[in-house]
Amino acid sequence: MAQPILEVRNVSAAYGKIMAIKSISLTVFPGEIVTIIGANGAGKSTTLMTICSILRPTQGEIFYQGQPIHTLAADRLPAMGLSQAPEGRRIFPRLTVQENLEMGAFFRNDKPEIYRDIEWIFELFPVLRERRKQRGGTLSGGEQQMLAIGRALMARPKLLLLDEPSMGLAPLVVQLIFETIKDINRTAGTTILLVEQNANLALKLATRGYVLETGRIVMEDQAQALLENPEIRKAYLGE
Amino acid sequence: MTQEFKRIAKYWAMAMAWFYALLWPLMGITAQGLKFGPSLKIFGLVALGSAFCVVVWFLNQGGRLEWCKRPAQAVTRAVTGRVARAPRWLSLGLIVLAAFLLPFVASRYALDVAVNVLIYVCLGLGLNVVVGLCGLLDLGYIAFYGVGAYTYALLSVNFGMPFWLCLPLAGTFAAVAGCIIGYPTLRMRGDYLAIVTLGFGEIVRIVINNWMSMTNGPNGILGITPPTIWWPNFANGFTFELLLLKKLPQLYWIILGLAIFTIVAVYRLNYSRIGRAWEAIREDETAAELMGVNTFKLKLLSYAMGAVFGGLAGAFFAARMRFVSPGSFTFIESAMVLSMVVLGGLASIPGVIVGALALIALPEVFRGFEQYRMFAFGAAMVVMMLFRPKGLIPAARYGRRSEERH
Repeated sequence: MAQPILEVRNVSAAYGKIMAIKSISLTVFPGEIVTIIGANGAGKSTTLMTICSILRPTQGEIFYQGQPIHTLAADRLPAMGLSQAPEGRRIFPRLTVQENLEMGAFFRNDKPEIYRDIEWIFELFPVLRERRKQRGGTLSGGEQQMLAIGRALMARPKLLLLDEPSMGLAPLVVQLIFETIKDINRTAGTTILLVEQNANLALKLATRGYVLETGRIVMEDQAQALLENPEIRKAYLGE
Repeated sequence: MTQEFKRIAKYWAMAMAWFYALLWPLMGITAQGLKFGPSLKIFGLVALGSAFCVVVWFLNQGGRLEWCKRPAQAVTRAVTGRVARAPRWLSLGLIVLAAFLLPFVASRYALDVAVNVLIYVCLGLGLNVVVGLCGLLDLGYIAFYGVGAYTYALLSVNFGMPFWLCLPLAGTFAAVAGCIIGYPTLRMRGDYLAIVTLGFGEIVRIVINNWMSMTNGPNGILGITPPTIWWPNFANGFTFELLLLKKLPQLYWIILGLAIFTIVAVYRLNYSRIGRAWEAIREDETAAELMGVNTFKLKLLSYAMGAVFGGLAGAFFAARMRFVSPGSFTFIESAMVLSMVVLGGLASIPGVIVGALALIALPEVFRGFEQYRMFAFGAAMVVMMLFRPKGLIPAARYGRRSEERH
């Protein structure tokens, strides 16, 4: 098989003395959509924040395209093609939609290309074009999520980390966002690591999945297999 | 309607009761015994004035002032329409021209106040970079003003260096001081940062106060040379003569130039890629980091840039007063500059200018009130928070920074 784009080896991370993730290992191959599902407090977001170097692992190693990244500063990663749409969206509320998108391309200097990419984001999410001069904080939840994804895409990532894009959104909006994610993966070839509480949606979208429970990976399989697994159905799909 | 009026009247009565409860101890308890006369007089005036305002407001709410409002609105619309149609450079040019010509019409006293206002415009805009753009609450900003002032004072007195050479040096030293103070403190966030910067500001002042051999301590430094200029002299042939710029109008033009430089520089910073990154840090530091912003480096840069403008203003202050002492760099000055930024509107350049004008010029206008000036000051702050919570001229820009530039 090809070289993995992301490899997490036995990584633990902690907030002070509280261990949030314990010896996690996961692998993502180029072009895949991989999902991490789990309940509240299972350590999903911590995993993503550790991959992005916002949180330092207390042990273990993280490789991106074969290169160790757990020692790098967080601000180096977007330029390498790894960007994240964080949990709770975290857009810049008092910057305009356009400025938010430009911030996503902060490390890039190719202005004409940046503007072309902004156009591309507006094609993906046409509602953002109407709102482009509006401040980010005045958008609805769904629009903010689109903005957060668009902002992450402005880095032209090879690997896109998405943290709960469905959080607090109406089913129709969630559907739209998930379709766009699929679209990005298919047309731009972007590898996606998706963290979700909505296991049903995530597993239907993804090729493979990991199940996280209290900081440990308890299961990993093809998404289809997980979707059919009776234990998963009972624990996460409410059957 | 009457219900509504009763409610408002009740609030008004409560506010007035509070006001008198605060006013009487201040004015009524004197060494000569308890007095009610003077406090009641002021109370009566304030009560009458506020009652009038309340009634006008109430009538306006009920739509009973339409008969006089409509023509007034038509006039404002006509005026603002005409002003808005004029190109921006014209209005800006007129303001600059008016500022330039001020010394020819203003009295000495007014010019003195104007010089003060412009110094604070520089300081306010410098602090605005740190607090308004980058969102770092800095309570020790005046330290950089002090560093700039002492840089010029010491270089001038000890080495006879000219003002124009010392001006960039003062800016540089202030920036270095900003980096030295910023390096350890900028790891902190929010309230902790505010307290630590407050401490560092005081440290700078206390060092200046106690380093007798270097700064002459609390006695200050005397005999600083004013700025000089080489001026062509045609009296006998053609020579240049060294002119001392110590007259107030000359000093006014220097600080006007410095203020314009500061405004342009801060404007350019504000609308640059760096300015946008600063605002991103202010909005959400972690998210900014996820976007590839080196938050520590950029915060340090904002601190240093803010300090530069403080340092420039400080050098001018030393040249103008021709005397510096640590007494000019106390915490209250930091608080003053911060109030200007907040009062005027965070991250808004015209706002900060208006804020400086309001906080320096208005107290001069109300000199008559003397000891109650702080009272008026507090009242103005409360009124502002009620009616303009985002500042006098809130930063209003809708993507102007980006798009049009390509």
